[in-house]
Amino acid sequence: MNPLCLAAVAACIASQAAAQVAVRGQRVYTMAPGPNGQAAPPISDGVVIIEGGKVRAVGPAATTPVPPGFRVLSAAVVTPGLVDARSTVGLSGIYNQPHDSDQIERSSPLQPELRAIDAYNPQERLIEWVRSFGVTTINTGNAPGELISGQTMAVKTAGATVEEAMLKDATAVVATIGPQAQKGPGGPSATAPPDTSGKSPGTRGKMMSMLREQIIKAQEYSRKRASAPDDKKPERDLKLDALARVLAGELPLMITANRAQDIDSCLRLAEEFKFRLILNSAAEAYLLTDRIRAAQAPVVLHASMQRAVGESENLSFETAAALRRAGVLFAIESGYEAYVPKARVVLLEAAIAAANGLTFEQALASITIDAARIVGVADRVGSIEPGKDGDVALYDGDPFEYTSHCVGVVIGGAVVTDTPR
Amino acid sequence: MTDCGVVLASAALGCALVLGPPAAVAQPAPVAVTGARILPIVGPPIDNGVLVIGGGRILAVGGPGTPIPPDAARIDAAGRVVMPGLVDTHSHVGGIGGADSSATIQPEVRVSDSINVRDSGFRRVVAGGITTMNIMPGSGHLLSGQTVYVKPRRGSTIEELTILDKDGKPMGGLKMANGTNPLRAPPFSGTRGKSAAMVRERYLKAREYGEKLAKAGDDPEKRPPRDLANDALLEVMSGARAVHHHTHRADDIITVLRLAKEFQWRVVLHHTSEAWKVAPQIAAAGVPVSAIVVDSPGGKLEASEMRWDTGAILEKAGVRVAFHTDDWITDSRLFNRSAALAVRAGMTPEGALRALTIEGARILDLGDRVGSLEPGKDADFLILSGDPLSVYTHVQQTWIDGRKVFDRDDPQDRLHAVGGYGAGNDQSPYFCCFDEQHAYGPVSGGGQ
Repeated sequence: MNPLCLAAVAACIASQAAAQVAVRGQRVYTMAPGPNGQAAPPISDGVVIIEGGKVRAVGPAATTPVPPGFRVLSAAVVTPGLVDARSTVGLSGIYNQPHDSDQIERSSPLQPELRAIDAYNPQERLIEWVRSFGVTTINTGNAPGELISGQTMAVKTAGATVEEAMLKDATAVVATIGPQAQKGPGGPSATAPPDTSGKSPGTRGKMMSMLREQIIKAQEYSRKRASAPDDKKPERDLKLDALARVLAGELPLMITANRAQDIDSCLRLAEEFKFRLILNSAAEAYLLTDRIRAAQAPVVLHASMQRAVGESENLSFETAAALRRAGVLFAIESGYEAYVPKARVVLLEAAIAAANGLTFEQALASITIDAARIVGVADRVGSIEPGKDGDVALYDGDPFEYTSHCVGVVIGGAVVTDTPR
Repeated sequence: MTDCGVVLASAALGCALVLGPPAAVAQPAPVAVTGARILPIVGPPIDNGVLVIGGGRILAVGGPGTPIPPDAARIDAAGRVVMPGLVDTHSHVGGIGGADSSATIQPEVRVSDSINVRDSGFRRVVAGGITTMNIMPGSGHLLSGQTVYVKPRRGSTIEELTILDKDGKPMGGLKMANGTNPLRAPPFSGTRGKSAAMVRERYLKAREYGEKLAKAGDDPEKRPPRDLANDALLEVMSGARAVHHHTHRADDIITVLRLAKEFQWRVVLHHTSEAWKVAPQIAAAGVPVSAIVVDSPGGKLEASEMRWDTGAILEKAGVRVAFHTDDWITDSRLFNRSAALAVRAGMTPEGALRALTIEGARILDLGDRVGSLEPGKDADFLILSGDPLSVYTHVQQTWIDGRKVFDRDDPQDRLHAVGGYGAGNDQSPYFCCFDEQHAYGPVSGGGQ
């Protein structure tokens, strides 16, 4: 391709990205805060005006004129682009082969230095798949499975490089408590042979002691890096740098734990070291909703259709409703799947919660504004409000209904999907 | 020998006399379900319909004027939907374990010898409205054993759940697989070509065994020693036992059809991620498909082309299609979802509902007994809160053989329907050899 053609293609992409789009919906769920802290009611026959990649206006069509020259998309239901609060898509690939499985590094139980940005493949087919259901933002990165397995980041589901997709390059350090993080034989099976591997961690108690040790090390490191004279400063240590950011409150520690006693351990740890905790998966969270609310720890809840096996054997379709009743801020994740299906879709997971105790709007909040709040990107995405990114999803009916379709997806004002799925 | 038999028979009779007739053989009294929208599946929906059952069978299905026996108990199901119990043509519920790692072809192994009927999976099965199921061993072998057709009745032995044919023999098929799942180090096959060669070799051997048996006639001296594996393969080649064949990639599907023709298998294609690529060929072969619908393609190479419109494409091509859960791959409680997502991708609602019921029944040779609401058929039915293709619909009640086996209003049943503390598995399935590493997510390093 000659340079002139390349320039033309680039110009085309740029104009696409900056396109002027109006999205009209019989019902527009903005998920913007309403008068009493609840989400605002949906707008009947509403329209969203997107210009320069951002939402310029949203309101009833009668009072929100569409400027001339805007491309107009229409649908029965319009929602903010969906936000998946915990995914591994882009690191974990469709083929599930070594060449496309970068979601977990097995060489060490303690690796907070692993950045998601260095392993994300924006060309991964599963990104297109989840996007086709309306998912426009994913908090993706290293999977659960090591005591500290790495970091997550927030990206849009469009862009040819991770930089183009980037929303926030680090959103959390992620940890795991429970048999998934155990070295040596064992795991969830009660019939597993006793662990004689001599490797750590081999028990829940050892996991907590290793986490505490590592955090104390990071405290010391931070203190010395800040206050020791130059010749006494400790050398840069990427692991401790990452944990220091957690201790400084810059990044939350998102801990995957499913048994009630492990959730309790996470809360105990956060109380001891005063870091921002996000509980993840939390299959038995319904057993201690009061304690979680008192600790003000948000929950990124397992996919509703996560398998009820092993540590998650007691999970419930109604946990989301229980958290809502208790006043806990929560999101519903797609999570990590080791096998089939390789990626879950938060739209379909929230649908099950909507059929099991959540209202439509509560379920929608768990994959839009509340997910964005927990991930720390609510200033950009999660609701349709002037100034926010022009990310919307269009549906031909109730988005949660099995037989409805996602008929359009707009990211930053660019129409990335207009074929129904 | 004869004396012993008499003693045993007397003992059994004595037991019956002492204990009275066990509940399992009592004839349930007539029940009439009224006021619901009835989906008989084989006919148009009936509003404000009446379903009458008695003696474990359906006595009548019709409109509001349908006569109701005076002694019938009545269930007011106004506002509800009534449809036949669902038929799952491929499930792994019950903590099953079929073939082991000693060989890749093990026709002698029966999955029915491994099932824990107390497994909580069975409670989730009825919570999802499944009343007939084909329980299979895994797909990590070219041939992992004999499957069994069961009804998830409440029982304390697998015998109480097993479906018997008209001769009183347990019904089931034979599980086979090709593609990548069974490929592994010897004595397993390492390539697709080797897989097919091993299967052909084994069936040819069984054919020779059959010929020797035929030649020997009634002469016990000439008969070859009884061989359980060959016996099962002969049942397949005579058409008495269907082959349930795991297969995904289009070329693997065609290989199944080729081998089926060579050995006269009555075959059902299972999963079939790429059936949409070879729908005319499947239709021409007159072979039914038992399809799975999962939330995304991938997870392994051969499922990377999985599409939700497989059901729609096969339906248009004239292929008989049923769905399956492959539980634990998809959740038995959400079996209706498979049909609904297929409708989303273009299948007709009628075809999708048939694929949850009567088509599965036919695939399991049970089309005359289950899968639709017709007089004379088994009284297996569901009371639903609404449209079976809606996410918001819940199974309210599940009935098998005229007995209620699930009621959402019962706290224990509800626990299994929605989950919660104590709903956990009694036992997990064992899929030697391919799937086990995936059953619990990533396997830790160390001693594995």
